[in-house]
Amino acid sequence: MASQTLQSVPAEPSPARHETRHEMSPEDAARRDAEGQAYFDKVMAEDSRIEPRDWMPPAYRKTLVRQVSQHAHSEIIGMQPEANWISRAPSLKRKAILMAKVQDEAGHGLYLYSAAETLGQPRDQMMQDLMDGKAKYSSIFNYPARTWADMGAIGWMVDGAAIANQVPLCRASFGPYGRAMVRVCKEESFHQRQGFEILLELSHGTPAQKQMAQDAVNRWYAPALMMFGPPDDDSPNSKQSMAWNIKRFSNDELRNRFVGMMMEQVKVLELTLPDKDIRFNEETKKWEHGPLDWDEFHEVLAGRGPCNAQRLERRREAHQNGAWVREAAAAYAEKQAKKQADKEVAA
Amino acid sequence: MTEESGGHGDISVGVQGATGSGEATASATRITPGNALRPEDIALAVSRGTAKPGEDVAEFALRLGDDALILAQRLGHWISRAPELEEDIALGNIALDQLGHARSFLSYAGGVDGRSEDDLAYFRREPEFRSVQIFEQPNGDFAFTIARQFVVSYYQFELYRRLTESTDATLAGIAAKAVKEVDYHRDHSAQWVLRLALGTDESREKMIHGLKVVWPYVDELFRDDELTGRLSESGAAVEPSSLRADFDRLTGEILAEAELEVPKVQPAPGGGRRGLHSEHLGYILAEMQVLAREFPGASW
Repeated sequence: MASQTLQSVPAEPSPARHETRHEMSPEDAARRDAEGQAYFDKVMAEDSRIEPRDWMPPAYRKTLVRQVSQHAHSEIIGMQPEANWISRAPSLKRKAILMAKVQDEAGHGLYLYSAAETLGQPRDQMMQDLMDGKAKYSSIFNYPARTWADMGAIGWMVDGAAIANQVPLCRASFGPYGRAMVRVCKEESFHQRQGFEILLELSHGTPAQKQMAQDAVNRWYAPALMMFGPPDDDSPNSKQSMAWNIKRFSNDELRNRFVGMMMEQVKVLELTLPDKDIRFNEETKKWEHGPLDWDEFHEVLAGRGPCNAQRLERRREAHQNGAWVREAAAAYAEKQAKKQADKEVAA
Repeated sequence: MTEESGGHGDISVGVQGATGSGEATASATRITPGNALRPEDIALAVSRGTAKPGEDVAEFALRLGDDALILAQRLGHWISRAPELEEDIALGNIALDQLGHARSFLSYAGGVDGRSEDDLAYFRREPEFRSVQIFEQPNGDFAFTIARQFVVSYYQFELYRRLTESTDATLAGIAAKAVKEVDYHRDHSAQWVLRLALGTDESREKMIHGLKVVWPYVDELFRDDELTGRLSESGAAVEPSSLRADFDRLTGEILAEAELEVPKVQPAPGGGRRGLHSEHLGYILAEMQVLAREFPGASW
């Protein structure tokens, strides 16, 4: 339980059991909400954790369902650009690593859907929202993985940006999300290293290989920086998320830190970042980068990116093709359960 | 890879932690925790000359390596396309296991003339592949993929189980690791055969159809030839026909539980072990080899 010093207050039962809400008198409900809020505030003040059974403000629950499910969707959609290269990986070792990586992403999606389910949102519903275009996922996955070097750039930059974003989330105030992030970050840091290694191998290979690597870095740089979200003065939800101890650092803060890391590592790669304005500001002690095309960001977010339609269609296709399999598994499980129950009655 | 980035062992060479064993050094960052035999170990032993296959054993290893490689290539296609996230993971796992077996067998097979696993995978032409035809059959729907998995996992289990006693230490070592993994593949496919056969009318129909389409390719798995004759005499391998009774009995038990019958279909003539393939293999190789062949001699 989150706090040692205060009794937690159970959450309102899930909406499916709504009738119990009516059994509670308005006075009792108001008292329960007040006690819940007091407990919640104390957990926030102590920087401790809220667990699924605890009372939580409806807006906190809603924010988390949105954020955690978006995160899960990003993992699932994010499998596609890399799965695109499994069959063509240029060595068997790389093929094995890439397969394992894409498989990890399915695993991350699973933990995250599970974490979101503890908030009362069923996975089927989240999946449906994704396929209906109601739920968002990280815009970066709407860019195409054109060459093998993209496997390197995605690992190094996209997973690198994800780690910079996610390491602070390991301390998110909602317990299941924070704990899922611990495991996700461990695997992501390996993913980033494998991406770096792909680029390193290419940049020390033939001139054509090095060019392939540079081209991929050029294409993924700006989209990776935009993964941190809009600039701070255009990020309306950030303040509330920080007050709820979900978000720990501002978008720009994380972005600047990430640019600094990239600048160090790109030297080892003997490649360049396509941004001549990157510099370390001695006064603020912060890294700075050149202007980003936020119009493009909003275009892709609005569904007008290179692969938006393709990614969603692929997800829908897999889901629809699998419908009869899921129905069969459910029917079989039901028959088995009935068989077992009949056996017990007979015995 | 720089040391400072810290944290994880290097999967690419898989050496860090090789001196440790068991759970203490197990991590998500290595293909194989502990001290299990890895393809890199075999490649190293081959290059040092501590493991060198004779021509017959190399040819046999090539056969099994090609079977596993082509299956891995087929199964890998399901990742991001499976009916459930859990199946993306399960089929991905099976594909990874098969790819691991392929890498081990091919690394060993190449020891006869100094070719690497990648030389063999990426720079041979279709008639030089030695896989039997069942492995290259298209994925079809989920029921067909399960039907193919059902046949090949029971076949591979019986084969590897016997190869653990091979007089060839490397074959025995690869088989000892592979048999444990293939045992899970059997479990996975058998459970799905039951679910699909006994689930809904639609799934039952598809399962029956899947088995019917795959079954013509079953016989080829169990055909003996001169090579297997010589290897069985020396104790390095067994005659494929000797696996048939156990295969029929064990798959028969699952089919009976699923209220299914062994499909009554005519066997295809096969010929994969001699480089005669169905129409499908060429496309698999074209896709698999395209990038490597675009940059011959390059390192990745």
